[in-house]
Amino acid sequence: MSETLVSVQDMKVHFPIKRGVFFDKTVGYVYAVDGVDLEIKRGETYGLVGESGCGKSTLGRAMLRLNEPTAGKMVFDGHDFSTLKGEELRKMRRRIQMVFQDPLSSLDPRQSVESILVEGLRAHDLDEGKESTSKRLRELLSAVGLPTTALRKYPHEFSGGQRQRIGIARALALNPDLIVADEPVSALDVSVQAQVVNLLEELQEQFGLTYLVIAHDLAVVKHISDRVGVMYLGGLVEEATSEDLYAEPLHPYTRALLSAIPVPDPVVEDRRERILLAGDLPSPANPPNGCRFHTRCPWRQQTRCDTERPALRELKPGHKVACHWAEQIQSGEIQPHEVKPILIEEDDGISPDVPLVGPASVTEALNP
Amino acid sequence: MTVILNEGDSAGTSGAASGSPVDAAPEPDKAMTRGRLVLIRFVRNRLALVGLSVIVVLYLMAFVGPLLSPWSYDQQDYTAFLQPPYADHVFGTDKIGTDMFALVMRGLQKSLIIGLLVALISTLVAAVVGATAGYFLGAADRALMWIVDLLLVLPSFLIIAILSPLFRGESWWLLVFMLAAFQWMITARIVRGMTLTLKEREFVKAAKFMGQPARTIIAKHIVPNMASLLIIDATINVGSAVLAETGLSYFGFGVQQPDVSLGTLIGTAAESATTFPWLFLFPAGFLVVFVLAVNWVGDGLRDALDPTSTRVRKREKKDTEEKAA
Repeated sequence: MSETLVSVQDMKVHFPIKRGVFFDKTVGYVYAVDGVDLEIKRGETYGLVGESGCGKSTLGRAMLRLNEPTAGKMVFDGHDFSTLKGEELRKMRRRIQMVFQDPLSSLDPRQSVESILVEGLRAHDLDEGKESTSKRLRELLSAVGLPTTALRKYPHEFSGGQRQRIGIARALALNPDLIVADEPVSALDVSVQAQVVNLLEELQEQFGLTYLVIAHDLAVVKHISDRVGVMYLGGLVEEATSEDLYAEPLHPYTRALLSAIPVPDPVVEDRRERILLAGDLPSPANPPNGCRFHTRCPWRQQTRCDTERPALRELKPGHKVACHWAEQIQSGEIQPHEVKPILIEEDDGISPDVPLVGPASVTEALNP
Repeated sequence: MTVILNEGDSAGTSGAASGSPVDAAPEPDKAMTRGRLVLIRFVRNRLALVGLSVIVVLYLMAFVGPLLSPWSYDQQDYTAFLQPPYADHVFGTDKIGTDMFALVMRGLQKSLIIGLLVALISTLVAAVVGATAGYFLGAADRALMWIVDLLLVLPSFLIIAILSPLFRGESWWLLVFMLAAFQWMITARIVRGMTLTLKEREFVKAAKFMGQPARTIIAKHIVPNMASLLIIDATINVGSAVLAETGLSYFGFGVQQPDVSLGTLIGTAAESATTFPWLFLFPAGFLVVFVLAVNWVGDGLRDALDPTSTRVRKREKKDTEEKAA
């Protein structure tokens, strides 16, 4: 049994932008995920963070083949998951399960909890007689901290946190090796978030699970992950252990991201330096050349940044970063400078984004 | 999509919120399931209840009535020709002395059975075809939707009329299938559209992920989630199937002699409608009452299963306005 459970190699997901009256002509691509390599070790929790639209969910879905990747492959426990078909794929899917973001929409409103949980067992012939199944169901419910009376109820009768627990129980029902959690707590209340995160950790210990947690909440990721990958515009920009990353971010984007976390100490909060990024996230349909981040980077240099795409390189053991100037930035040789936001124009008309017309808010409309 | 979501979400609370005495005190040991809620909403709609009881009474009459009547539809009373209703013949008799009550009941039987079967078959076909096309998309979708479009363009009445000589003398089953074959298309398109949205819901993805084959996902997740649409559609279809059957039979293309349906009865009695009104009024009256009742039930079901539809909202608005006044 090798140490690596999942290995993603040069994963790319490009969505075509189609246009045309009579024929669907592909006029461009949205580069949602553009060349990502990552490895997840057995029994660890890998956190994937990034702002919305950076491709983290798409990456997760592509790994699970909910969308087909354009290129690249995912090797799961020695098998190439991305080439499996039909029955083999169905069998393999038992070992990778998913916890969804919206706990209500991920549960069929017409199914009782019992039938939600039994469904997976039936599909994989793990349903061996009434006795053992009901025992298994009770085990599952107690593992996620729900009473056995929940079996006869329907999803709408539960609170958000409880629904997410049902979602987790459903994922657990098939005894998976890997659980991909796409924003597992972002739809929940903060106090409930903590419960669910702790539950995930307990279950990991109990069943020896491996997690891939996709989130935009840095605090959640810090709490739950062993290793963290930071994504920006379809690419991985930094990867390190959780402590390393939060103590010493190397990539300018990670620094900016982490400086956005408020510190619960008014004195420190007032004085600490915050890196505010100028401009917007460039369109993934038309990503900048060279380093994807150079249009907004306060440490941007004259050379290399806008011409050469930096590869993910290991700067310190276990700490990878995709920046040409990471060492110099870390040593203070390069100081940040002001960045003028670049207007992202729809020059070639292939941006999928609809331009917003009119004032952005009520305040703006009232006080022009 | 949001409709279903809201329904599920509000199922436990909406009753209390609207302040209705029916919902306010549900038995504490009985959980408020969706079915119970729909039932309560349906029962509250008086017109729908009336419709439902009319339908039940009509079915009972059609099937039990002939057993109680001393006359049968193929038996003539040679002492009474063209008699208006009187004690012996409650609906009167026609020109060869057949008891009109027996005839109308026989016709009603045929029409109701045909209506029910056509509605069931066409809704079933619509659900299967629509869900399959919407779920698989691609070539299957294009092929099925092409058939749907083709059938929609063809004038169904003419086609059945042209084909009717072929099944002259065959059993009325053929007519059922012909009628069903031309009634499912519009529903199939709606079902396809709903499947497209349901397919994107996460529980469908989760089921796919659990390794459920496509047919199980369609049968267990997609079709049940549009049950409200299908039930309503089936109900309304009963009415339109009966109308279509009567229409065809009136022109002599549907049910063939010596068998009778409401359509053939209306057809033969049409020329004497003003002179011997009981020949015409009884079958026509039953037809109107039945179709009306079916539509009331359909409306009631729609309001019960889909409370966000406009009618209820209007009514609620009126209620609040009255309270405010």
